[in-house]
Amino acid sequence: MGDPINAIRIFNDKEVDELMVLDIVASKEGKEPDYRMIELFAGECFMPLCYGGGIKTMEQADRIFNMGVEKISIQTAAIENLGLIREVADKYGNQAVVISVDIKRTLFGGAKLYRSATSDTDKENWKSFLTRAVDAGAGEVLINAVDKDGTLSGPDLELIREANSELDIPLIALGGVSSLEDIRLAVEAGASAVAAGAFFVFHGPHRAVLITYPKYEELENLFLNGKNE
Amino acid sequence: MSSRIKIIDVGLGNIASIQNMLKKIGQDSDRMLEPTVKNSDIDLLILPGVGSYDYAMKKLNSGGWTEYIKELATDKKVQVMGICLGMQLLCDGSEEGDLSGLSLVPGHFKKFSSNGGADRLKVPHMGWNTVHYNERGSWMMDGHEDDPRYYFVHSYYYTHHQPTYVAGTTGYGVEYGSAIQNGNVFGFQFHPEKSHRFGMNLLRNVIKQLC
Repeated sequence: MGDPINAIRIFNDKEVDELMVLDIVASKEGKEPDYRMIELFAGECFMPLCYGGGIKTMEQADRIFNMGVEKISIQTAAIENLGLIREVADKYGNQAVVISVDIKRTLFGGAKLYRSATSDTDKENWKSFLTRAVDAGAGEVLINAVDKDGTLSGPDLELIREANSELDIPLIALGGVSSLEDIRLAVEAGASAVAAGAFFVFHGPHRAVLITYPKYEELENLFLNGKNE
Repeated sequence: MSSRIKIIDVGLGNIASIQNMLKKIGQDSDRMLEPTVKNSDIDLLILPGVGSYDYAMKKLNSGGWTEYIKELATDKKVQVMGICLGMQLLCDGSEEGDLSGLSLVPGHFKKFSSNGGADRLKVPHMGWNTVHYNERGSWMMDGHEDDPRYYFVHSYYYTHHQPTYVAGTTGYGVEYGSAIQNGNVFGFQFHPEKSHRFGMNLLRNVIKQLC
């Protein structure tokens, strides 16, 4: 999608609520976070910034927080060991730690915890895993419906409902959002926030890159009147 | 030349973000690692804060900061600004901890009750919310016609038996003081440095107040 710093400047102008930068290949390829890039992002980003991707140690987390990042999102390292979540939460507070989970639907409609780093599903029940992560200190949950990711086919509302009934902390729903109506439905299902990538960045049937973001008034109308005008 | 805006750096909170936004509005700032700068060299002292109340007060007490900040605040030419937990530290104390705050603005902090049920309040109060400024806070909203929006992350809210020091209020389960001021000492419960144009405008208004 071209120059990410330019994208951040546009997001600033468009008064985006919050920005998550997820490096989805860092863990898979066993790489360090790209500190130079994170620092550039933090310097330009005048909204809350969450970074995720490849964080395995407290030293890495410290370095990222020091650059001006508010929150870090942990996925792969948490599946192996919740100790890192506990350590970060003790030092920076619960609000600084996002537990991120990828959920994959099975053929029979069940939901499984998916490990994106190794492309397989985990045996542990995803809800019990989330409960353990919250007990360890996560202050927010990012739930990504992987089958919906990038498809613009609408969010997995049942998954959001189920997750919300288990959680007392904010829930961010990611995956499938294609319209303001989808955002409204996701919030109605219990999401505290709705994240989107493709919806804000791509435009039209050929996925031309055009960064858009709804105006505050549009979002306000959406939730006050329950319709997208 | 060193700047006349100083940010207390004792490992509490996101100093880089504050410096980035000040730079964006044309202001240099310095991190202050020791409580040694003379008040004649400071126009604005910023106390950022993220973390727990007692942890932060221990840092301030052990570093000699508590006395320093109290002393500095008696010089009415110096403005003292607290952000988030930094605002809470300016007051008398919090349910979250046992240690006394700096007592520069009267008030205590209470935890939001999440009260159960389907419409339960999620704690922390995290995300964007509006601030309704009153007469005391009118200088803070200069440049806005409607109530501005800012980014919040906190679990404890300002209370005091009288509204004297409240400059702006926010509703989250309760209506509470999210901007407070006592003379040259003021604080914001939200993060102006993470509230794009609204936060930038507020910091510009703060800069305009400096002598």
